[in-house]
Amino acid sequence: MGKIHEKYLRMDKMPHIWCAGCGNGIIMGAFINAIDRLGYDKDEVAAVSGIGCSGRITGYMDFNTIHTTHGRALAFATGIKLAKPRLKVFVFMGDGDAVAIGGNHLIHACRRNLDMTAVIFNNHIYGMTGGQFSPTTFKNKNATTAPYGTTDPDFDIAQLCIGAGATYVARGTSYHARLLTDLIVKGAEHPGFSIIEVITHCPVNFGRRNNFESPAQMLLWQKEHGVAARKAKTMPLEDMEGKFTIGELYRSTEIPEYLEEYGRVIQAANEEKKQ
Amino acid sequence: MAEAKLLSGNDACVQGALAAGVRFFAGYPITPSTEIANAFARELPRRGGIFMQMEDEIASMGAIIGASCTGTKAVTATSGPGFSLMQENIGYAAIAEIPCVIINVMRYGPSTGLPTSPSQGDFMQSRWGSHGDRPVIVIAPYTAREAYRETGRAVNLSETYRVPVIVLMDEILGHLRERVEFRDEDLVQEISRKGPEPGRPFLPYENTEDGVPPFADFGTGYRYHITGLIHDETGFPTNNPVEVDTTMRRVNGKLELHRQDIERTQFVDADDAEILIVAFGSVARSAHEAVRTLRNEGKAVGMVRPITVWPFPEDDIRTAAAGKKAIIVPEMNLGQMIGEVERAVAGTVPVHALNRIDGLLITPHEIRDLVEDLL
Ligand SMILES: Cc1ncc(C[n+]2csc(CCOP(=O)(O)OP(=O)(O)O)c2C)c(N)n1
Ligand code: SF4
Ligand SMILES: [Mg+2]
Repeated sequence: MGKIHEKYLRMDKMPHIWCAGCGNGIIMGAFINAIDRLGYDKDEVAAVSGIGCSGRITGYMDFNTIHTTHGRALAFATGIKLAKPRLKVFVFMGDGDAVAIGGNHLIHACRRNLDMTAVIFNNHIYGMTGGQFSPTTFKNKNATTAPYGTTDPDFDIAQLCIGAGATYVARGTSYHARLLTDLIVKGAEHPGFSIIEVITHCPVNFGRRNNFESPAQMLLWQKEHGVAARKAKTMPLEDMEGKFTIGELYRSTEIPEYLEEYGRVIQAANEEKKQ
Repeated sequence: MAEAKLLSGNDACVQGALAAGVRFFAGYPITPSTEIANAFARELPRRGGIFMQMEDEIASMGAIIGASCTGTKAVTATSGPGFSLMQENIGYAAIAEIPCVIINVMRYGPSTGLPTSPSQGDFMQSRWGSHGDRPVIVIAPYTAREAYRETGRAVNLSETYRVPVIVLMDEILGHLRERVEFRDEDLVQEISRKGPEPGRPFLPYENTEDGVPPFADFGTGYRYHITGLIHDETGFPTNNPVEVDTTMRRVNGKLELHRQDIERTQFVDADDAEILIVAFGSVARSAHEAVRTLRNEGKAVGMVRPITVWPFPEDDIRTAAAGKKAIIVPEMNLGQMIGEVERAVAGTVPVHALNRIDGLLITPHEIRDLVEDLL
């Protein structure tokens, strides 16, 4: 583990800014393990992030890294991938980042199916700005902008992405770190747009306000509420109440990858030019 | 050698960008800039380039910045509402110093405004539209021929100074078609950003003497960090007041060091004129015509036309204005450039506004009338 950290992290940038007990470090660990397993050359990896606590991940990892604007990481990543398809492009976003301000970019990235892998840190809260509710905060939770409890219904990010046409959709947690590495590896190997939603914990801005006494309790909650997708299929619906599925949720290889399709555009344009 | 073509202003922008090596376009359709997207969609795939129709202008701006990180020359085009949406990411490109070109074909606003009518309402937005202090170069052509040459120059300036460059067109110039005779001086050269010096440690935001750090394209073996947070020379965020001050002064000051190279101003019969007209873009076509006819009648009138409108050519205006009886600033807005002209002449010459905001071009006649009143 120590070796992997030294190989992929910018150790001179430590300590990181994340609070003690935050799930973000676990996700970063799972990610660099995935890169190690994939065997990608660091020079060939581009890591793109939005704004939020989660967005800070790019500063700590030793790749071609870019910390963009709030909600727009996928737009920047789209430009990078299209202009240099050789690069392995990974995108890191928070829940507010990905499905509030960046929701439009997310659904269109799903629809296009450009070969990139996005990791969404779903801590069900706006961490960086101090605990305002996000589109994934459950009903009747406390947030700084919901002092009387949240009323808005919440998004299921993975289902949203499946609906929008993503060709690989998985959900992991910061508790099931090894599973998360597997899912990132599979997502990266998938030829098309892949999404890994990670249910993670923000003890400081979510946990404290919502009866979690410690980060460990939040991890326990993930353990108890995350049900393997395969197992969930055989479970009675009422047993799934309040729980969520984890693992690979959707995969399709029928929809062509975007740049493959674009190759046909280039071919057609050149044939027309010759005539 | 002269080569003649019939070109619209919008098409000319595309041709100029392609000649300068642009291989990436991302945009979202909007009148009166749409023909630019259409032309890139046709032309880029033929050259192995990429055309992307994004989901909105914010994404378009993000995508061209991303493409540029890999060393690919990238352009977007928009107008009015779309230009407003791009402002946050234009600020990002400015502070992260990522070359990119935005063609803004101005239409009348605010809001949806008069979508098919010309305007010069974005003179100030192009300079000050993002939050915070940010550098930008803004170039305003006035013929199709110039749209070609100046868009090419915009790409090259953007690469040279690592700064977003805005080509400020307007509906009239974008849509008019005119015969363009290309001469040798119209040749657009391909200039690319300077890269890291081999054998020298690479500092992505180095305080170089010329104010412009070297740029390492993503995927060339330099693994570094780009952020919109204020950063030090290494590119990583800093709150240290000295480092913040150093970065912000370099980034905002670098264009000042290269004004001579960036500025381009046209003088028409300005030397012996009693009345001076300061105009840019389509309005300068009317001003030029007014000067021509008035001169034929022996009247001492001239024009100064900023082609590079930002940084504003204060010295050129001040020098040309010395000893004049009056200055006229005709604009299709309620008075934006006039403030800059007044600042340049600092009360030494009376400055008169001539504004139209009814969706119509200021005519040579209107300018003539005011000149004659003042003579
Ligand atoms: C355009 C814009 N609006 C608002 C903000 C302020 N802001 C910064 S981070 C953030 C939300 C962060 O929440 P999330 O995306 O869930 O990331 P987390 O911090 O929880 O990882 C907001 C609203 C901003 N930076 N830019
Ligand atoms: S505020 Fe929450 S998400 Fe942000 S670093 Fe702290 S614990 Fe993590
Ligand atoms: Mg969050």
